[in-house]
Amino acid sequence: MTRYPFGRHDLHPPFIPAQAGIQGPLASAPQSAALGPRFRGDERRGAGERHISALCALLLTILSMAITARAAEIPLNERKSGYDFMGPESRAMQDDETANPASLWVLDGEALWQRKAGAADKSCADCHGEASESMKGVAARYPAFNAARGRPVNLDQRINICRTERQQATPLPLEGKELLALNAYVARQSRGMPANVTIDDRARPFFEAGRATFYRRQGQLNFACSQCHDDNWKEKLAGSPITQAHPTGYPIYRLEWQNVGSLQRRLRNCISGMRVENYPLGANELVDLELFLMWRARGMPMESPAVRP
Amino acid sequence: MARTLINVPPKAKKGEVIAIKTLISHEMETGYRHDNVGKPIPRDIITQFVCTYNGLEIFRADLFPAIAANPFISFFTVATASGTIEFKWTGDNGFSQTETANITVE
Repeated sequence: MTRYPFGRHDLHPPFIPAQAGIQGPLASAPQSAALGPRFRGDERRGAGERHISALCALLLTILSMAITARAAEIPLNERKSGYDFMGPESRAMQDDETANPASLWVLDGEALWQRKAGAADKSCADCHGEASESMKGVAARYPAFNAARGRPVNLDQRINICRTERQQATPLPLEGKELLALNAYVARQSRGMPANVTIDDRARPFFEAGRATFYRRQGQLNFACSQCHDDNWKEKLAGSPITQAHPTGYPIYRLEWQNVGSLQRRLRNCISGMRVENYPLGANELVDLELFLMWRARGMPMESPAVRP
Repeated sequence: MARTLINVPPKAKKGEVIAIKTLISHEMETGYRHDNVGKPIPRDIITQFVCTYNGLEIFRADLFPAIAANPFISFFTVATASGTIEFKWTGDNGFSQTETANITVE
């Protein structure tokens, strides 16, 4: 069987110009009448050729029908974590906390939890006490709706809200070592607990926006997240498994980064790979997408901080 | 001070083979990269790791620019006597860090 870079779903909608809205000779191919005056006016074409072109049109119609039957959402019982796609060495590294490099960030986060900061001269622990108690399950619920902001916020943003409003300190820079360390420490307290974001009436519009982003074809490649992560997760891309995009292990230690990084960093990786004009770190669109992805992974156990290749 | 994570079994039987695992946070900047204005980023790596068991050297490793950030080093030794296992990382720009772990051998 011939293998194409994107596997058997190679002829998926991005390559159907009619649907993609691309102008070109193929765009009007299914409607053979619209082949253009140049062809219709060609007197040299005989009956046989007309027959062939009719047949081609029929084939294209059948083909486009087959293509419209795109793979649906992944059934709940077929969902896999990125962990399931990894090799045994990477799994062992994640499972052994003394070998998981993200443990270094968790230890830093533990120290930061106790450190007083800002004009209020308060530490996280002064309000929240023992993180092992107060932060248990918290990361599994994020992004969560924040009434003051009127929209969902992710865990990084929640930490910075505490920092600016409770500690009266400057917000920690996104993707900086300190914020990642605090996030890793908080998220560590939810390890093994099921992902459990709340989609209520207030959160729903943002959730739907995230869902729309996931299914929207965009960028130079006219590509949607779903085309890899829903439709082609059994396939490989450049030799690496395409995973199902269940973000249950963030922040992750990514071996390629040689560093811990947030889900937004990972999303921005994918988005630039899709050749889409990227969203800046902290963008609302990314938070909405995070919310949708966490809902999509609902019930799956949290692995934070995970190791990924 | 770099953050380290050391795993030595607190107790072992005499003659038992024990696994020792160490992890240290370090950039391991190779010296081959350039910043966004094209200026070379100077090398900053750990160059050596030495482990001693009650003063006796039991393991040594030289590290090079191709070794990833946050080096994880794991090795085995025989539990001979109760005492202290000392770990020392040294590197560029005067980097030096020492950690110890205690082991009870019965």
